Parts: sequence; C-alpha cells; structure tokens
Amino acid sequence: MYHMTSMTDPHRGQFRLSMLFNDTRYRSLTYQAIAAIVLALAIWYLGNNLLQNLRTAGLNISFGFLGDPAGYDISQRLVEYDSQSSHSRAAIVGILNTLLVSFLACVTATIFGVVAGVLRLSNNWLVSKLMSVYVEIFRNIPVLIWIIIIFTIMTAVMPAPRAFRGDTPEATMLLDMFAFTNRGVYTPGPYFTSPFFANPFLNWVLVLAVLAGSLFATRRVAHWATGVQEQSGVRPTTWYFTLGLWVVPVGLLLLVMGLAWEIPELKGFNFKGGIKVGGALIALWFALSIYTGAFIAENVRAGIQAISKGQTEAAGALGLRPRRTMNLVVLPQALRVIIPPLISHYLNITKNSSLAIAVGYADVTATLGGITLNQTGRAIECVLLLMAFYLTISLLISVGMNFYNKSVKLKER
Amino acid sequence: MKKSAFLGALTVASIAASAAVAQDASTVDQIKERGKLNCGVTTGLVGFAAPDANGQWNGFDVGVCRAVAAAVLGDANAVEFVPTTGKTRFTALASGEIDMLARNTTWTFSRDVDLKFEFVGVNYYDGQGFMVAKDLGATSAKELDGATVCIQTGTTTELNLADFFRANDMSYEPVPIETNAEAQQQYLAGACDVYTTDASGLAATRATFEDPSAHVLLPEIISKEPLGPLVRHGDNEWGDIVRWTLNALIAAEELGVTSANIGELGASAGANPEINRLLGTEGTLGEMLGLDAEWAKRAIMAGGNYGELFAKNIGEDTPIALARGLNAQWTEGGLLYAPPFR
Ligand SMILES: N[C@@H](CCC(=O)N[C@@H](CS)C(=O)NCC(=O)O)C(=O)O
Repeated sequence: MYHMTSMTDPHRGQFRLSMLFNDTRYRSLTYQAIAAIVLALAIWYLGNNLLQNLRTAGLNISFGFLGDPAGYDISQRLVEYDSQSSHSRAAIVGILNTLLVSFLACVTATIFGVVAGVLRLSNNWLVSKLMSVYVEIFRNIPVLIWIIIIFTIMTAVMPAPRAFRGDTPEATMLLDMFAFTNRGVYTPGPYFTSPFFANPFLNWVLVLAVLAGSLFATRRVAHWATGVQEQSGVRPTTWYFTLGLWVVPVGLLLLVMGLAWEIPELKGFNFKGGIKVGGALIALWFALSIYTGAFIAENVRAGIQAISKGQTEAAGALGLRPRRTMNLVVLPQALRVIIPPLISHYLNITKNSSLAIAVGYADVTATLGGITLNQTGRAIECVLLLMAFYLTISLLISVGMNFYNKSVKLKER
Repeated sequence: MKKSAFLGALTVASIAASAAVAQDASTVDQIKERGKLNCGVTTGLVGFAAPDANGQWNGFDVGVCRAVAAAVLGDANAVEFVPTTGKTRFTALASGEIDMLARNTTWTFSRDVDLKFEFVGVNYYDGQGFMVAKDLGATSAKELDGATVCIQTGTTTELNLADFFRANDMSYEPVPIETNAEAQQQYLAGACDVYTTDASGLAATRATFEDPSAHVLLPEIISKEPLGPLVRHGDNEWGDIVRWTLNALIAAEELGVTSANIGELGASAGANPEINRLLGTEGTLGEMLGLDAEWAKRAIMAGGNYGELFAKNIGEDTPIALARGLNAQWTEGGLLYAPPFR
C-alpha cells in the first residue's frame, strides 16, 4: 500500500535513478526486482545447460516409452495388468498402490494418534506414561527403519505357507478361515453367486449406493429427532431405527446378490482364494501408521491443552460426565488446532509411502520410478512424472483438508 | 526418497551443472590425475565382488577392475570400489560417478544402444537359473506354477522371468528385492519359494549358505546372460583400454602366460611373437593405446590370467565350484576367443 501511494506522490517528477537505492520508498522494490532477475537467469542457465548437455550426450526428452510393453510383473495390482501391459499401465498400478497404502495409513494413523493423544492426558499414571513412551520411541526413530524392522520381524516370525502342509502341520489357520504367513495375511473374500449380478464392480457400486441411501435416511432421522427434542425437550430413542436403516437394506441387497465367502486354501506353493493382504503392504501400512500416529498424538494433546480449563470446568458444572465433556466440548474446539498440522502429516504419509521399495511394495516410486526407470533408462522423464504425481496428490490433499478445516473453524458472525 | 530416484535427480543436476568444457578431459586423463580408478561392482556377491574381513575387495569382477588399474596406473590397488545395486549401476556409470562397471551385467541390445553404454567384451557367459529348497521336491522349473519368486529389480532377470512364466502359461508372485543379500535373507526365511538370478550368482549365493546341500539349482537355464564390463559411450580411447585389458587376460591364458612365468617371459623377447607383442618386448601396442609398453604385463600380474582369476575366485576348487563350461578357451571347446594382438 505504501508504495502505491508513493507512486502517485506529486513529487514524482523529481525522480532520480539513485533514488532506486537510496530512497526507502523504492529500495525494497529494487532489491526484489534484482533478486527475481538473478533467479530467473540462474534457472535459465541451468535449464539451458541441461538441454544442451543432454543433446551432446545424444539424449532427448521423450515420453514415447510409456506406451511400450513394460515386460515385468507386479504382484499387487488393483487393476488388470500383466507383463505385456504398457509402462503407463504399470505406473497406474503403482499409483493405485500408493493411494491405497496412503489412505489406509492416514486412517489408522489418525486413530492411533487420537487415542494416544487423549490417553496421554489421562489421569491414570501408567496409561499416560505408556503413551509418552510410545510417542517418544516411535517419532524419534526414522520411519524407514520401522518399515524394515516390522517387515523383517514378520518374515522371520510368521510361518511360511509350507508350514501349513502335512498331517501334523507346524502352523494352522485361525478359525479355518484366516492364514497368517510370512508372505501376508489371507482372509476370506466375498463374491456374488447370483447369475443376475455377474459384474463384481457394478455390484460393489450398488452396495455403496445403498449405503449412501442409508446414510441419507439416518441423517433425516437424526434431524427429526433434533426437531422433536427442541420442541419437547426429550430426544426420542432412535438407535434401533438407525441401526435398522443401516443393516436391513444392504443386508437384503447382499442376500439377493447371493453373497458368499471364498475361504483361502493352501494349493501348491501358496494359499489361493480369498483376499491376500501382502506382507509388504502390512509392514508399510503399519509402520507409517504408528510412526505418524505418534506425531498426531502430540498434535491432539496440544489441541486439547489449548482449550482452557474453564471449558472443562463449566461442562462439569453443567453435569456432563468427563467422557461427554471430551466428546462434546473439548474435542470439537480442539479440532481447530489439530487439523492444520494434520494436513501436513497426511502429506508426509503419502510422501513417505515412497519408501515402499525397501520391502518390495510396488508403489509408483517402485514401478515408474524404479523398474520402468531402470529398464528404459528414461531417468529424467520418470523423475519428472513422479514429481508431478506427488505434487498433484499433495496439493489435492491440502485442498481437501483445508476445505474440511474451514468447515470446523469457529464461525465468527 | 529412494536411491535411484535420488541418483536420477543427481544426474539431472550434474548434467545441468557441468558446463560443456568439463567433458573434454578424457577419462584416462581424469583417472591419472585422480590416481584412482573408480570401478562399479556389486554390493557383495562372494566370488565375483565382495570385501573380505579386512575390507579388501576380492573376486572375479574385482580382478578385471584391478587389471585395468594396473594397466593404466601401474598399481592394482589404486581402485576405488563403488558398490552398486541392479538399479543404481547404470545411473552411476552414466553420471560419471564410476569410470567402468564390472558387476555381473548382461550385455543386451537396449543397454548398449538405448542406454548408450559400450560393453567391452564378455568375462562370463551365463544364463538365468532357479534355486529352490530341496525339500520342496521340485525337479523342473515347469513345476513352479503359483510359486512366490524373489528377484533383484532393475535386472534382465525380472524381464526373463515374466517371459518364461508367460510362455509356459504359469503364474507366479514376484517379490522385487534390491540386493543379493536381502534376497538371500528373504529366500532363507521362506518368504519366497524360489530365488532366480544368473546361475553363477545362484551358485555363489548358495555357497555362502549354512547348508548348501539343502538347496538345488533346477536344470532349466532360461536365458542367455553374457556378463561383461562396460563403459560410457563417447570415449572410445578409454573403451579400447578396458576392452584390450580384458582381451589381454584372455589371450594370456590361451598363450600360456601366467603370473608364475610372466616375469621370465616378459624380461626379453622370446620365440612367440604374439607373446612378445602382448608383453611389450616387441612392437608398440602399448603406445597405440596411449599407455606404456608393459601395460598388459602389469594387468596380468595383478591377479593372473583369465584362467587363474577364474580358478582362484569361482573355479572348481572354491566353494562356488563353477566348471569352465562355456567359459573355456575356444581351443578347449568354450567361447573365449580373444582377437589377435597385432
Ligand atoms: N545379469 C543380470 C543380473 C545381474 C544381477 O543382479 N546379479 C546379481 C546376482 S548374480 C548380483 O550381482 N547381485 C549382487 C548385488 O546385489 O549387489 C543383469 O545384468 O541384469
């Protein structure tokens, strides 16, 4: 503002060049302009050099390789993929794997963090000390080490599939349904038997749609209950209603579609059937969760402590029990303090998931930035694409979380 | 971030920052000025390249590095060994971090042409094999349907494996791993049923097991893996030095020049003119390479001729116990055939 006004200063006619450096009105602008020019020149110099040297080395930047067959296999693939698929398809498989482990880790890290953060403030000495130990141990050791430790322990301690074989096997399945092996956990997997519902993907979309309907209906019920409460002062009991709305429609749908469970079974070298949660995924997911959970716990604690004691005391005076005070009074206000740093923890989880290759998890850094980069030698292209991917994802997470932050912020009227 | 992406970024940065002048100094001059040869090797594969208890690197590939260092610098110990994984090796070479790579690396079309490297020859003719625990009862790779397979990433191995299972209509679960040591650990823990890599590498790995006899190599060899040292495109003089050092080791065996008799044979010109030219008692081959007359003599003295290197590091009297097979001299029915020294 200051400079704007100085521009329209009537004394402008007396402007001399030396004023660019001597006059405080212009000096900072001059320096900023010089810095910007130097920066632009430096970037231009490096960029130009890069292109020049690439050209003399006979290398050119081209993304054509993305259409060529990748030639390698990936064990965890959420979309169809085989070794004849293209490098871009391999990158997509990697991206989905990155998103999967990041999403899972964000959810569990938040749960760990909130529980540990709240318990750390517990009046119970043992519980609060245990939580301090958790926080201090996990956030002070690099996450890569946690990933490797967990993976190594898993492969060393859990039985290999071959231990489940024979008349008196060394290992047995839990409830005859779950197999815990050093290659991962095998659980029963749902599938649909009705001939009228042959497309599994559409079936799941249908299930989600029905659940969304239930959500809408339960909201209406809650709204109605609030209305009644405001008029009469008594909130009608609605839990059986809500429960029914959640369970009955989706239950009926699944019944009609003929839901059945496929139990994993040892066939040949490995368990077949059901769902496999790979050891690498588990190790990565768990390590990212407990590591980041420790940081989130500290945020949660800070957020809670930021709410003045008076609030708790006032809630107590109104007769609220401590549990309800926490849920209804303290946490909603603490969220304002907790959420901004939470965004950066989610970003960290997503970026740290690129350590996946340490345990052979096929995330995008391992496929596009690893095997594809290596087999094609297209280092610059692959790294550029990787940077673009992580940047996009990080920005999307930021935008989404900022949006949420706005919605929980104190509304000042 | 991961190492290879980091190295990738580093290449970008170094290519960006190095002005064109810096590239004019030839590789040999740089090595001489530095007083050391930077040689890329494995992170540790006993028999091929691994540090011993004193930190001294030993092995068949290491032998090639030492021979080159002896030829160029006159000192077989003037080598800086740079451990590389299957994934980092090419970036290390392309960025100039190493002068040459001797790391069980297969000579393929795309590595030569597209990645712009120059393979100077073959020091081990190999093929990809499979290792399984004996109690698994498998006798053929065709029985591996559904198996979990440990592979090193960034290798030809993972591509051959995909082709092999596809061609035989079998499925498998790949477990990608960065180094041989990790693969070994995963395999022994039973996290994978099968370990696949170059057959020589399997033999070398198995030799370090507590009980090697509990593991078998399946009979199928599913690929051709000519392993050899390589350099960057663009400095042919340097490529020639590495190529002819390797050839000197091979020719020395064919001509019967060993570390035991080389002192005598190299002292003065003898009856065999090719030996004379090789050892510099006749002709000017060394000068043509830009080195002195005794370059090849020093290279052979560094660790012996090809046959001696083989016998000492991976041969039948070592725990790795590899037969010469394809790697015998052409005169013995093998594929080793050094072009004439003239
Ligand atoms: N020849 C193949 C595979 C080379 C390879 O990775 N070999 C393994 C085992 S033979 C190795 O040298 N590993 C040593 C290490 O992990 O550093 C290639 O060039 O891609």
